[in-house]
Amino acid sequence: MIKVTIDNILIEVDEGTTILNAARKIGGKVVPPAMCYYSKLKGSGGKCRTCLVKVSHSSTKDPRPMPKLVASCSTPVQDGMVVENLTSPEVIDARKGIVEFLLLNHPLDCPVCDQAGECDLQDLSFGFGMEETATEEQRREFPMTDIGDKIKLHMNRCILCYRCVYVADQLTDQRLHGILYRGDVSEIGTFIQNAITNDFSGNVIDVCPVGALTDKTFRFKSRVWFLKPMNVHRECSKCSGKVTAWMFGNEIYRITGRKDQYGELEEYICNECRFEKKALTDWVIEGPRHIKRQSVISANHYERMKMQSIIKPIEGLMESQE
Amino acid sequence: MGGKILLANIDIPGIRGFDVYRANGGYNSVTKALREMSQSQVNAEVTRSGLRGRGGAGFPTGLKWSFLDRKSDKPRYLVCNADESEPGTFKDRYLMHHLPHLLIEGLIISSYALGVNTCYIYIRGEFKYLVGVLEKAIKEAHQHGFLGDRILGTDFSLNIWVHPGAGAYICGEETALLESLEGKRGNPRIKPPFPAFKGLYGCPTVVNNVETLAAIGPIINMGGEAYSKVGRGKSTGTKLISACGSINNPGVYEIEMGLPVEDFIYNPEYCGGIARDRYLKAVIPGGSSVPILPAELILNTAKGERRLLTYESLADGDFETGTMLGSGGFIVFDEDACIVRNTWNLTRFYHHESCGQCSPCREGTGWMEKVLYRLEHGEGKKSDIDLLVRIAKNIEGHTICPLGEAAAWPVASAIRHFREEFEEHVLHPAEVIEKERRL
Repeated sequence: MIKVTIDNILIEVDEGTTILNAARKIGGKVVPPAMCYYSKLKGSGGKCRTCLVKVSHSSTKDPRPMPKLVASCSTPVQDGMVVENLTSPEVIDARKGIVEFLLLNHPLDCPVCDQAGECDLQDLSFGFGMEETATEEQRREFPMTDIGDKIKLHMNRCILCYRCVYVADQLTDQRLHGILYRGDVSEIGTFIQNAITNDFSGNVIDVCPVGALTDKTFRFKSRVWFLKPMNVHRECSKCSGKVTAWMFGNEIYRITGRKDQYGELEEYICNECRFEKKALTDWVIEGPRHIKRQSVISANHYERMKMQSIIKPIEGLMESQE
Repeated sequence: MGGKILLANIDIPGIRGFDVYRANGGYNSVTKALREMSQSQVNAEVTRSGLRGRGGAGFPTGLKWSFLDRKSDKPRYLVCNADESEPGTFKDRYLMHHLPHLLIEGLIISSYALGVNTCYIYIRGEFKYLVGVLEKAIKEAHQHGFLGDRILGTDFSLNIWVHPGAGAYICGEETALLESLEGKRGNPRIKPPFPAFKGLYGCPTVVNNVETLAAIGPIINMGGEAYSKVGRGKSTGTKLISACGSINNPGVYEIEMGLPVEDFIYNPEYCGGIARDRYLKAVIPGGSSVPILPAELILNTAKGERRLLTYESLADGDFETGTMLGSGGFIVFDEDACIVRNTWNLTRFYHHESCGQCSPCREGTGWMEKVLYRLEHGEGKKSDIDLLVRIAKNIEGHTICPLGEAAAWPVASAIRHFREEFEEHVLHPAEVIEKERRL
């Protein structure tokens, strides 16, 4: 076990743990925000630079500070390391700069974006963004495309976190999309218009931190904060069948995977569960899902609402939910 | 011109071919190293020579070699970085074109010292004509038993492959180069792990610049001790400087480290003074990525000492009043040059070449270019100057690879030293544009 201090909090973690994961073990505000890192995707992280932290003491052996801010998601901890996140004004300044860069070409079309309310970039801007915009330049623009009949790609909103590329690499047999071109004109694409037809391709929607990849069966149906997230499950031959159903009244508006407090999926789900099973009779309802993240949907009013007669919670399941 | 080490034989006709090269003492160092020296002796000679990486960072080569993971049972690789794409730098091209065997000689000895049996030369895609030159030289070395299996009857075998890039500046960054060599998109890797442990195909790898490797042969010939006596202080040996811009004799010069900058610019042996009898305005001494310095600071340091062409002297005063030797791309500006226009031009290059992997560089380089375009074309505001400083500060040190810094430093330094010129562009745009049009 290795001892690390993050924002004056001491914690013991296993060797090889990254600073970000050590901070997640502490939890709360100490955790640096991450737009590209995804603990379940190997090789992800290091790209968005929002998780930059200051290492003021490298290790017991080498007490020198690290010369630059480091990406906490890809830097392993060392024994005796002292990390400053929110306690360092330098880190806050750098993060403000990064948010400004991420928003530079982002269309800020939150009022018409389906991701609004559960968007990592929205949360990040709320936490670290500046109040006014300094840019007067034109933003880059791409035409909207369909990748597959159920997924919409809205490249203008993309922050190039590469998560969807890793999903396709690590979850499916064949990756059909990737990053094309370079610099600020690089884009996600299939090069020649190509449908991504894989049983698990829908997971790219869930891993996307912004509204670049959205569910076509849900687009413009409702705002997420009007919906009640419910834990539901079904027998599925392809995946675990454990999902979150987003409901309005007795109607299922959309199905997503179950996400933890960092917006990461607990389990990947298949396209059949995600796109095709929208009838209440397809599912066994476990109960309302508690959203732990800091977001507008975490107000959790629905948890206090009375269950409607048709939704009969299964005995014992309600208690086991967080 | 005395004191030449790399380019000593460059004027001999036919030196590009094996026979002439061999007749003039070529490959003697290979015979010496392989027959008379152990691997550790070669390493020790290189360490003793004080040779520093000539690609730009100036990292001691012997130290870099010592980091290589020799305990691993995986194969080890040596990669020669010939992806020379920095604006203003054209020394490697010159070296490979005229003395391809000098590079191969260095590669053989380095591979022997590092225990490498496969070596790659990653060459810039635009240097297509050099691929043939190098491959011909490799073929000749094969024919004469300096490459292939059991070189010179020893147990050491080596093969060298030339791999042309596809035209990306970013592939000069060592980990992006390795990705590209593996056939992937040329995105820099996130470090650690460093290539010395996990490089090409996940194996321990050393990546060195062409000029660094070319210096290995002469070091073995003359001995590390003798090489370290050339030069000044910790900047040992000679350096190729590619001089361009507003000077009378542009070209590649081999100088002994420690030559005063003033001598280099005005001596008829080197640059031969400023073209058209203009005055010196500014110099970028180490390729486009390093900070620009105005005439008074490039000739003398802020302390009033003469500025020398060494790693230390050029860096004197840090970024406030100093710069870096970098890769030795010496760009000279005369009094007529417009610093704003030049900075915009450089930013345009970095914007075009950013790989787009990490957000500060991807978005910041484009933003700086747009703001500088506005300033240069008379549409700028006074606040734009401070905005540029802020963008540069937000990029610097926050990116995966050094391209972010390479893009930020020229802008930050140009504003630091030539702020009035930027202000002139804001206050009197019409006159500035008119002046530039007339030139």
